Amino acid sequence: MRGNNIMGIIFSNLHEDLISELTEVRIMGAVPFGGKYRMIDFPLSNMVNSGINKVAVLTKSNYQSIIDHLGSGKAWDLSKKRNGLFILPPFNNTSEYSNRMTTLNSILPFLENSTEEYVVITDCDTICNIDYQDVCRKHLENNADMTLVYKRAPLPEKLHDPAVLSFDSKGKVIDVLINSNVNGSCSYYMNMMFIKRELLIELVNKCISKNTLNFKRDIIQAEYKNLNVYGYEFKGFSPMITSMSEYFSANMALMDQEIRADLFTSDNPIYTKVRDDMPTKYGLGSKVTNSLIANGCTIEGEVENCILFKGVHIGKGTKVSNCVIMQDTKIGADGNLSYVIVDKDVTIKDERTLMGFLSYPVYISKGSVV
Amino acid sequence: MYPKQEVVAMLLAGGQGSRLGVLTQKLAKPAVPFGGKYRIIDFPLSNCVNSGIDAVGVLTQYQPLVLNEYIGSGQPWDLDGNNSGVSVLSPYQQVKGADWYSGTANAIYQNINYIDRYNPDYVVILSGDHIYKMDYSKMIAEHKANNADCTIAVIDVPLAEASRFGIMNTNPDGSIYEFEEKPEKPKSTNASMGIYVFSYDKLRKYLIEDEETEGSSHDFGKDILPKMLEDGLRMFAYQFQGYWKDVGTIDSLWESNMDLLDPNVPLDLTDESWKIYSRNPVVPPQYIAEGAQVQNSLIADGCSISGSVDFSVLFSNVTVEPGAVVQDSIIMPGSVIKEGAVVQYAIVSENTVIGRNAVVGARPETIVDKDQWGIAVIGDNLKIGEGAKIAPKAMVAEDVEGVEE
Repeated sequence: MRGNNIMGIIFSNLHEDLISELTEVRIMGAVPFGGKYRMIDFPLSNMVNSGINKVAVLTKSNYQSIIDHLGSGKAWDLSKKRNGLFILPPFNNTSEYSNRMTTLNSILPFLENSTEEYVVITDCDTICNIDYQDVCRKHLENNADMTLVYKRAPLPEKLHDPAVLSFDSKGKVIDVLINSNVNGSCSYYMNMMFIKRELLIELVNKCISKNTLNFKRDIIQAEYKNLNVYGYEFKGFSPMITSMSEYFSANMALMDQEIRADLFTSDNPIYTKVRDDMPTKYGLGSKVTNSLIANGCTIEGEVENCILFKGVHIGKGTKVSNCVIMQDTKIGADGNLSYVIVDKDVTIKDERTLMGFLSYPVYISKGSVV
Repeated sequence: MYPKQEVVAMLLAGGQGSRLGVLTQKLAKPAVPFGGKYRIIDFPLSNCVNSGIDAVGVLTQYQPLVLNEYIGSGQPWDLDGNNSGVSVLSPYQQVKGADWYSGTANAIYQNINYIDRYNPDYVVILSGDHIYKMDYSKMIAEHKANNADCTIAVIDVPLAEASRFGIMNTNPDGSIYEFEEKPEKPKSTNASMGIYVFSYDKLRKYLIEDEETEGSSHDFGKDILPKMLEDGLRMFAYQFQGYWKDVGTIDSLWESNMDLLDPNVPLDLTDESWKIYSRNPVVPPQYIAEGAQVQNSLIADGCSISGSVDFSVLFSNVTVEPGAVVQDSIIMPGSVIKEGAVVQYAIVSENTVIGRNAVVGARPETIVDKDQWGIAVIGDNLKIGEGAKIAPKAMVAEDVEGVEE
C-alpha cells in the first residue's frame, strides 16, 4: 500500500569528514556502494518499500552528484503528481543548513504544508534494509511520541556524538548518554527517528527560540523525560560508514550469502538509477572467484574477493584481489592490485602494481591516471 | 492537433513466431528475451530513438500481454513524450465491424488514423524479429536524395543462402527493377531486411487501394511492393552494412545470442553512442562464488554462479549451483540449474528449474546421427526432475519427472 500518512526526510550530507577521500567530490548520499548503488539508495528504497510516498532529500552543498543521481525520482517510483520526491537545497545561504536543527528549521514551511501525520528522519551513512511500517506499528503500540531506531553492538569507530540509550523493561527510553565512554556492546541510536510531524515542528521551534541547536542533545536528550520516547531495535545487517576501513569491510561483507539475502530481498528491493549497461562479459581465460560484479564490466583477467561497479574493465593477465573498483574504471593488462579502493573513471595502465592492506586499503581518487 | 512528425515508424509486432515453439507460447516473438537482458523489440525501438524518430506505433495482435506491459509508457526508450512516443496499436472494433489484422499491409491500413494525426512525410515500416543496430535517418536521407517513393533496406547475403530471402534486383543507380521471393537461382545477393521507408502520400494511396482489391493477401511483400513496382514508382534499395540477423528460428536465435560472445562479430552493445535500451530489473549485482568457473560468457545482474559457465548467455537472477555445468546455452531470467546438472547447447526459458544431475542437450560431437542433433529448448516455469535426460533438439513444454538412480 502506498500513501500511508508517513513522510520521509533524508539528510544527504552529514558525516562526510569521516570518509574524506570518497567525499572530496561528492556528498555522503552520493558515495558509491555495493557494485551499483549510492548510499542514498538505501534510505530512499526503504522509505518507498515502506509505502512512504513523499520524501524530502535535504542537501547543503556540492549537490550536483546527488541531483544527477536522483533525477525525477522515477527509479524509486517517486516521480509522482501527488507527492513524490522533493530535493530541498538551502534557500539562500548554506549557513542555514549548518546542522540538523537549523536545516529542519529552514524547511519548516515544507513541514507545515505537509499533511502526513508522521515523519521518518534518517541520515545516509547506514546500509540497511529496514521496514518503517514495522517501526510505525511499534510506535503506535507503545503510544509513543518519538521512536528511536537503535542497534545493539559495539559503537562504530569514530561515530560522531554517539547517543547510547537505556530502556526500561517496556522499551521506554530512560537514559540518553551522548559521547560517553562505553566498552563492548551498547544500544546506540542509528540516527533514524519516527515522530509525529506536528511534534517535530513544535520541538524545532522551541529549540530555535532558545538557540539550543544540537538535535541529539536538545531534542532527544532534553525531551526524553517529558515525552514518551521508545526504542526500536534493528537486528539486520546495518554497517555505519564511519571510516575508510568500515567502508571497505561493509562492501566486502556483501560476499556473504546471508548478508546479501538480508539486504537485497525481492519483496523490498533496493532501487537505483538505471544505466542501460549490457550484461557483463567474461572473456577467454578470465578467472573470477568470490566477487560481486555489476553489469557492463569486461573481465579478461583474474578477479578475487572484489566488488566491481558498472563498466569496469580488467585487462588480460591482470590480477585484482580484495579491491573495490568503482564505475567505468579501466585497468590495463598484466597488472596486480590488492586491497585497493579505486574511485570512478580511473585509468590504471598496463603492468601497474598497487598494494594496500586490509586495515589500510589504498585509495585512488576519481579520474586519476596511474 | 498533434505537432507534425516528419517520420513515423510502424513496428510490426503481431507475429506469433510459431517456429520458436515453447518460447512464444505465452508471448509474442518481439517480447522473446535476448542477449542477457534485452527483449528483441529493444533493438528496433532503440534504433528508432537513436535515429531521432519520436513517434512509433507498435502493432500487436498475438499474445500481447507481456509485450504491452513491457512497452508500458515507453519511458525506458525515452518514448514517452507529451505528444509523441510509443503507442501500442492492437486490432479494434470499428463502426463497420471488427477485424483482426489480416496481413502486414492491412495492419497499417487499419491504423491510418494513427499515422494521419502526425501528418508525416515518411513512414518507416519495421519488424520486431531482427537483431541489428541501424541508423534509419541515413536511410531516410538516401530516400530523399533519390526522390524515391519507396526504399527497401537490403543486406548482402552469401549466394548459397540467397534463395531463403526476398531478393531485390537493382540497376546500377540502386533503383529496383525486380523482386524475387525466395528464388531458386538468385540473380543477386541483395536480401530484403523487411525495413521499408515510404513517402506517406504514396503509401496511403496504395494501402487504401489494396484494401479494396479482391483476393489480395494485404501483405507488403506479396501485394503492395509488387503493385508499386508494376506502376513504375521510384523504388530504391538501401545497402546496409553491419550485423543483422532474423531471429525467427531456434537456431538463429541461439546463434545470434552466441554472436554476442564473439569479439569478431560486429554487434557491439557497449557502444555509448548507440545504446540499446531496455527495462532493467531491480536486482543486486551478480555474485560469482568461490570455486565457480566463468569464461566466454555474458552474465546479467542478480545471477548467482557457483558452478561452471562457458560460452553461455545468462539473464538476470539465474542460479547455477555448485558442480552444475552450463555450456553453449542460453538461460533466461530466474531459472535455476541445480547441483550436478549439465546443460549443453540448450535454451532454458524463464523460471525453470533443472533438477540435480539432470542432463539437458548434448554436444554435437557426441552424436553420431547429425539429424538427431539440435538445440534443446525448455519452456518457462517448468521443473525438470532429478537425473532426467532431455535429448538434443527436444522441445519441452511440460514438467519432466525425475529418474531414480
